[in-house]
Amino acid sequence: MTTTLATPSAATEAPATGRSRRRWYVGGVMILIGAYGLVAFGLGTRTAHGRTSTFGLDLVGAGGVDMPDLKVPAATTAMVLSVICVALGVARMAVEPRRLWRVLTTTAFLACFIAAFLVWATANQSLNFASVLNATVLAAVPLILGALCGVLCERSGVINVAIEGQFLFGACAAAFTASLTGSLWAGLVAGCLAGALLGAILAVFANRYKVQQVVLGVVLNLLAAGLTGFLYDRILQPNSGGYNQALAFPNLRIPGLVSIPVIGPVLFNQNIIVYATMVLIAVVQFGLFHTRWGLRTRAVGEHPTAADTVGIKVLATRYRNVIIGGLISGLGGVWLTIGLNIPFNKNMAAGQGFIALAALIFGRWSPLGALSAALLFGFFEAISTSLQPLGTPVPSQFLTMAPYLATIFAVAGLVGHVRAPAADGQPYG
Amino acid sequence: MTLELKGITKRFGSLVANDRIDLRVEEGEIHCLLGENGAGKSTLMNVLYGLHRPDEGQILVGGEPRAFDGPRDAIAAGIGMVHQHFMLIPAFTVAENVMLGDERVRAGGLLDHAKARKDVAEISARYGLRVDPDATVGDLPVGVQQRVEIVKALTREAEVLILDEPTAVLTPQEIEELFTVMRSLREAGRSIVFITHKLKEVKAIADRITVIRRGAVVGTASPDAGEAELASMMVGRNVRLQVEKAQHTGSDTDPIFSVRDLTVLGENGQVVVDDLSFDIRRGEILAVAGVQGNGQTELGEAILGLRPPAGGSIRLEGRELTGRSPRHVLRSGVGYIPEDRSLDGVVGSASVAENLVLDLYDVSPFGRRGSMDVGAVHSNAAQRVEEFDIRTSSVETAVGTLSGGNQQKVVVAREMSRPLRLLVASQPTRGVDVGAMEFIHSRIVAERDQGRPVLIISTELDEVFALADRIAVMYRGKIMAIVPPDTSREDVGLLMAGVNPGDGAAPAEEETIPEEVGDE
Repeated sequence: MTTTLATPSAATEAPATGRSRRRWYVGGVMILIGAYGLVAFGLGTRTAHGRTSTFGLDLVGAGGVDMPDLKVPAATTAMVLSVICVALGVARMAVEPRRLWRVLTTTAFLACFIAAFLVWATANQSLNFASVLNATVLAAVPLILGALCGVLCERSGVINVAIEGQFLFGACAAAFTASLTGSLWAGLVAGCLAGALLGAILAVFANRYKVQQVVLGVVLNLLAAGLTGFLYDRILQPNSGGYNQALAFPNLRIPGLVSIPVIGPVLFNQNIIVYATMVLIAVVQFGLFHTRWGLRTRAVGEHPTAADTVGIKVLATRYRNVIIGGLISGLGGVWLTIGLNIPFNKNMAAGQGFIALAALIFGRWSPLGALSAALLFGFFEAISTSLQPLGTPVPSQFLTMAPYLATIFAVAGLVGHVRAPAADGQPYG
Repeated sequence: MTLELKGITKRFGSLVANDRIDLRVEEGEIHCLLGENGAGKSTLMNVLYGLHRPDEGQILVGGEPRAFDGPRDAIAAGIGMVHQHFMLIPAFTVAENVMLGDERVRAGGLLDHAKARKDVAEISARYGLRVDPDATVGDLPVGVQQRVEIVKALTREAEVLILDEPTAVLTPQEIEELFTVMRSLREAGRSIVFITHKLKEVKAIADRITVIRRGAVVGTASPDAGEAELASMMVGRNVRLQVEKAQHTGSDTDPIFSVRDLTVLGENGQVVVDDLSFDIRRGEILAVAGVQGNGQTELGEAILGLRPPAGGSIRLEGRELTGRSPRHVLRSGVGYIPEDRSLDGVVGSASVAENLVLDLYDVSPFGRRGSMDVGAVHSNAAQRVEEFDIRTSSVETAVGTLSGGNQQKVVVAREMSRPLRLLVASQPTRGVDVGAMEFIHSRIVAERDQGRPVLIISTELDEVFALADRIAVMYRGKIMAIVPPDTSREDVGLLMAGVNPGDGAAPAEEETIPEEVGDE
């Protein structure tokens, strides 16, 4: 700060110092990481001796067009990609960052670095990249649904940290109802309603009794974990054939779209919940920014008093959004059991509700942002599992940590300062 | 459309905020509602706007009795309101704010932004309210935000427009523009209820005046009535509108307090106080005038040490205060009245007695070897309550429950009961009633008369002119000029807007040793 002020034009330049200093930091970190990649991935022993990395691009049993395997020379490819990373860092330092520029360089940087890493890890072996992408989608679905629930709640000014609990409620109700009735659709409806029920409880305590919302959410998570754990021990587990079967919606192939190379089978040979998720992303994104409902929801989340003075019913809006959000995160719970062909198990949400919350925040409270964050998390989740058989020297725990490190980096570089809705978490009335 | 309130009574618990109020607003009339802070004006208007349900009484719009269940009903009845604190969403555009709650939509609830923009443009053009429909409200100056509020009410076809303290945030020029808009609305047959406590404005614009005191109508007056008459109706006794102040005498002495090349950065690293220099002499009041947000807040905070300056120096009696902690600065004999008492003036939940020793709790006679002498604290409080006329049921009462004026007196009493070498007062009478204002002003003048240098930071021009021996006008972090107190309001207003009137006024930098002090 003192150095910048020493210059004569400090007064006029000072407003930009915060941003330009960050430009140097971010560029520098990018160059360092790129250089590390060059040394570790390009020049390391793992990629030496002219080894090739083989990437499968066909999803087994999914149909679609046949794609030949992609074979690349490991050392050269890793080096080229690392050099691109360094170059991006230099470019980032050189140019005053506009938003589009930041997004492009950071995305390209992450993509190149991850690619270099994968080439290195796969050297002399083969990795089915299509199945990594498939696993990404499967892992991202609950995160997206949870984050969409968060968007609906927080855009209207109610903090919902009970997404984890809603997942558990939804998963338990879906498995139980589907097993009992034999109808997957009944299970789906029951799971959504269970999520909405927890949402309704949250809404009542937050809006009517003005309980501190973070604490409330934590309490509801404990409630959900306890209650579903009890039901599991007493009812589901003793009679798993009747009450807790592994069931799943069948995959539906969408003709035409499924023939898109590589991503076609990944995206368009999935079950109904995946398609519902895609539709919901579009609906919430469009609804929030282009409809009367969206304008009012955002108004209530930003400045409830102002909304009230133009005749918008603040509490009704919040109740409605939190309950609809509950339906959506309930669907996320449904996915965990009858979406994935898994019976209910205690605490099976395993923190995904909280990761959904992270996706919401890193996605700046927007559905598309949350989608990107969820896909990023899902992708790392997928590579951390699919790399294990390849025997990389990186401990699997580090790979599991990777998405969060990557996210912090991405947020610093891409998103910048994140701002929650102004009245988020503040009771009204 | 006429509007009539009959016998409106509104109680909050045992407090009667409105006591059988009758008010009649004719079509095409600017009706002024005059009263002190806390007199019940805003409550009355909230009743009229459907935000509060009256306990008794009737609202007649165009002769028909109406009951409002919420703002939506009031809006439907043709009532529009511009709140003192704007009801705008900073993150939205002007068009979005204007249509919120009354959205222009196509089939299926899709927003019709084009139509919304067109409506804004149309109303803007018709009444001379210049606004850009696509601007983000948070980026607009307050004067423009106020225009957005008015446009918002007019697009809802408001026949009666309520303006709650609309001039509080405006420069004199913006006030003139607002008055022009109000007149054009009057010509178009709209009625305006203008809420204020500023007598000059009432006289400038009102067709009729209703005065409210302690929740009840005390009378009506015509705008021809004298200011003193209006003031005594408003306060309930005779008040001195002029601060009695002897001529400043210390012009020949050396400056005691001097600020040199002070630069202060804001929250985001932007320059908010820009290379500022001024001096204050013995027994002199320097008043810093300016529209809110031109760096005055940060100037005050920098002097106290709350905000470390990025450059420059602050010296009191030759000793450096720059970069010292607030505690050090206070103990050097600086009295500081902060601009927002609820934020950093008092601890609302603590008692009057405790608040009176917030800065001295740890030194003799109040602090003794790590514990507090409650007896000394109480006897001190009893003495200050007496001396500063703090109206409280006891010294044990929580300060937060006192009226604004009395809370401010607690701050003033605390800051003035130490031996002072400099007094810095930011907005010393913001949100206090005329009686308390009179008292606080006289105490400030008394400090000056005892030879203390005093720095007043105020956005109220009345206050600046009442107290100042010299006026420094701040604009975008710089002092535009330091002028004598007999400068015209128009010129000071221009300076506040960043315009230097005429060629005669010298630029700020050369004014640090002004010659005009003795002219008064």
